[in-house]
Amino acid sequence: MWNKEFMHPYIPNSVPEVRERMLEEIGVKDIEELYNEIPEELRFKGAMNLPEPLTSEYDLKRHVEEILAKNRSCEETVSFLGGGCYRHYVPAICDEINSRSEFLTAYAGEPYEDHGRFQALFEYESLMAELVDMDVVNVPTFDWCQAASTALRMACRITKRAKVLVADTISPNRLSAIRNYCHPVVAVGLIGHDPETGAVDLSDLQAKIADDIACVYFENPGYLGFLETAGETIADIAHGSGAICVVGVDPITLGILKPPAQYGADIVCGDIQSLGMHMFFGGATAGFIATRDEEKYVMEYPSRLFGIAETSVPGEYGFGDVAYDRTSFGVREEGKEFVGTAAALWGITAAVYLSLMGPQGMFEVGRTILQKTRYAMKRLSQVGGLRVPRFEAPHFKEFVVDFNGTSKTVEEINKGLVSKGFFGGQDLSREFPELGEAALYCVTEMHTRKDIDGLAEALSGVLK
Amino acid sequence: MTPGSGERRMAVGRTSKLRNFHQAKWDEEIIFELSNPGERGVIPTAAEPGIVAEVGDGISAIPAHMLRETPPALPEISQMRVLKHFLRLSQQCLGADLNIDVGQGTCTVKYNPKINDVIAASPKAAELHPDQLEETVQGALEIIYKLDLFFREISGMDRFSLQPSSGSHAIFAMASIAQKYNETHGEADRRDEIITTIFSHPSDAAAAAVKGYKVITLYQNEDGLPEVEALSKAVSPRTAALFITNPEDTGIFNPHIIEFTRIVHDAGGLCCYDQANANGILGITRAREAGFDMCFFNLHKTFSTPHGCGGPAGAALGVVAHLADYLPVPLVEFDGAKYHLNYDVKHSIGRTRAFYGVFPVLLKAYSWIMSLGAEGLKQVARTAVLNNNYLLKKIRKIRGADAPFARGRHRIEQVRYSWEQLTKDTGVTTEDVTLRMADFGFHLWSSHHPFIVPQPFTIEPTESYSKEELDEYVEALEKVIEEAYENPDFVKGAPYNSVVHRIDQSTFDDPEKWAVTWRAYLKKHGKR
Repeated sequence: MWNKEFMHPYIPNSVPEVRERMLEEIGVKDIEELYNEIPEELRFKGAMNLPEPLTSEYDLKRHVEEILAKNRSCEETVSFLGGGCYRHYVPAICDEINSRSEFLTAYAGEPYEDHGRFQALFEYESLMAELVDMDVVNVPTFDWCQAASTALRMACRITKRAKVLVADTISPNRLSAIRNYCHPVVAVGLIGHDPETGAVDLSDLQAKIADDIACVYFENPGYLGFLETAGETIADIAHGSGAICVVGVDPITLGILKPPAQYGADIVCGDIQSLGMHMFFGGATAGFIATRDEEKYVMEYPSRLFGIAETSVPGEYGFGDVAYDRTSFGVREEGKEFVGTAAALWGITAAVYLSLMGPQGMFEVGRTILQKTRYAMKRLSQVGGLRVPRFEAPHFKEFVVDFNGTSKTVEEINKGLVSKGFFGGQDLSREFPELGEAALYCVTEMHTRKDIDGLAEALSGVLK
Repeated sequence: MTPGSGERRMAVGRTSKLRNFHQAKWDEEIIFELSNPGERGVIPTAAEPGIVAEVGDGISAIPAHMLRETPPALPEISQMRVLKHFLRLSQQCLGADLNIDVGQGTCTVKYNPKINDVIAASPKAAELHPDQLEETVQGALEIIYKLDLFFREISGMDRFSLQPSSGSHAIFAMASIAQKYNETHGEADRRDEIITTIFSHPSDAAAAAVKGYKVITLYQNEDGLPEVEALSKAVSPRTAALFITNPEDTGIFNPHIIEFTRIVHDAGGLCCYDQANANGILGITRAREAGFDMCFFNLHKTFSTPHGCGGPAGAALGVVAHLADYLPVPLVEFDGAKYHLNYDVKHSIGRTRAFYGVFPVLLKAYSWIMSLGAEGLKQVARTAVLNNNYLLKKIRKIRGADAPFARGRHRIEQVRYSWEQLTKDTGVTTEDVTLRMADFGFHLWSSHHPFIVPQPFTIEPTESYSKEELDEYVEALEKVIEEAYENPDFVKGAPYNSVVHRIDQSTFDDPEKWAVTWRAYLKKHGKR
């Protein structure tokens, strides 16, 4: 089937007559001649062992859908999973905009023919800036792992120090990525936590802070769901020894909770997946970094920063790259870390989300989440043998359920829950062995009272 | 009009004409300027009365000092106006679906099949949580596992991770693996240099430097290639790895690559192949045959997933067998019946990102490969090379244009050209040509910095555009160059039919004036 006459819909110049004319123009007889710079010994003589192609669009669709049908999605099963990937409601217009051909298939055009891309991302930066109450926000990076890693490296460059302190309740996966990103240039130390509240152990922080520490990093809410209530004290301690305060935050909390910049954060980072992205098996992440508009901070970003400017026509807005020569695009290894394709379309999607929500929407979604989370904690605490929440602290949308008072493991419990139509919270027994049998539960505005009551009943059943 | 009639008849040998193009120009406000206090764009769901009766407003459970005192100054806009705003912005953006997008060389801007977007939007993908029990995500794990198998065939490597979020991210992962490998062998302190070439992507140098490596960059000879002798001089017991692309950004294939990998191996270094763009060599030549230890592919380039204004992207990172234990965790394994996640990877560099990779991108790449198969991938490469050499022939004929290096030789999938002569003759620069091309609905990119080739521009036609479209692009270039020779000032005043006019670039490098956000703009320019 694959002779020269075969026409694949994605390859227009397969038509023999067209090929002949093009070869004639080039002045060669065969396409093979165009490869004559590749030595014989490098030529691949075998055949790639790939499945037979499904050239019919319908056959292809059916094939992939048959594989995907083996998944059981969170539309079919009530999920209480969170831990960095969240099922929040995605307004229809978010998907409408991010599936537009113009945005979906644009890449690296100039601010002239891609004015809309620049403006949309400038607006993303601007909307996020209001949410986090800071004046500079980057074009998104890959995810929170990358945003936090870069925030720590930025702090080291700004302070000219090479050690950072991280609150040890951070997601172990994020910590793994941070450690690899910092090694061997930056040393990552951990700060302990209060076993009852989860909050940063201030005496441990006091003991470890020193004049060679570049920054202190903590998250609010913490990975384990509790709120860190002593943010200002932590920031003061960091500042007291010339260190920078870096705070990771879930931006969907910020319609209700105080933005970290207002309690002393100098760099704020996190993931925008909550703001209009579906979960996509954890693949729709995008990291943000925010700072004050100070040259010493701005010049340490590795990311693209789209700025606004005037044009030769009065009243017209134009856009472009702020301080491009700090980037690796500008000066290769002399630039700040590296920059490249990351997650721009999710930034545009978050811009749509924040524009739709407005201040009132962000307040209301936060309030609904708080109410439903509190309700869920209350309901689950009535299930025999459970300690809910595990940490004595205020919570936003996640909380740890302690199952040590039951005779079952989280693994057993979650298997039992699946058969009853629920994805139970994430098993923490490997990530935080000191918690024993515990799971991280997440409640969003998407859950109904029926979902939560159903979970409580199912848990009672499983634990019987 | 009957199909196929008229001047724009789409058939071989048509006489085309330049489009009388004008881009959409809405003169659209910044989103904040559309705000009317009280308007709503979307209303979130509320807690049911039964919940409220139990827990009250929820907010009182939060300590007062943790509550936001002033609402975020987000705009307040009704739904249709938000939609209209972003649709207008989209119209002021030229995606590959609309454009003949051959002007962004090195980036392989090809057709992104719509069916793959449809497939990836399925709730069976979109509504999947990464921490679900493995038995409920068997389909997702199967896609990742099969991509691993596909890329083994395409590259000759022995194991792949689909975790890296982009090409630069994969380079960073390769540097991490090289370092971990040397640590495991007690050589990390000594091996502190990496070697790359000036026509390899900036991230080959930059991402390696993040890991603390000193970077040695080899420059090109008159053939545009790094020399074997230069490499021999650069390698030493300090060499950790070579990071190189081939063909390089010039589109010139380095025929001595096997020599390169031998020299680096002899010095105890690892060889890392940047195959971000492999579009001209699929099924023709592979990392294995050239002696590489690691390679990666950008899924948003060669493997057709959309570029999305700059991501989400994705990469496949492959290694030879003895480096498989260094890949990021988790890897997806198959026991003959079930797929599962394997975290027990002896020397793993750990995580490089959250979860397992950019799943919608992986799904689209899977679908694309399944549509083409082995022979189809080869057909892609052969056609991309045909198209490129066709354009090379035509562009070389344009007055003032040149394709430096390797004269008289064929190129693989792209060419780095130069307008140096044009600039000497007329004063018109690459930037000027770029801005005038925008008036015809085309994008033309210069190149990565530094500009080794004077007044560079880089063109990569891929397999996706028809001969008529390639001709149309060349015709627009010819027109612009004709204008440049007749009336250079006219070209230097472009664009005229684009969304905006010449932007004041000085703003962007002046800390007193730059504004990355609207609030910073209002503060700095005296409006707030």
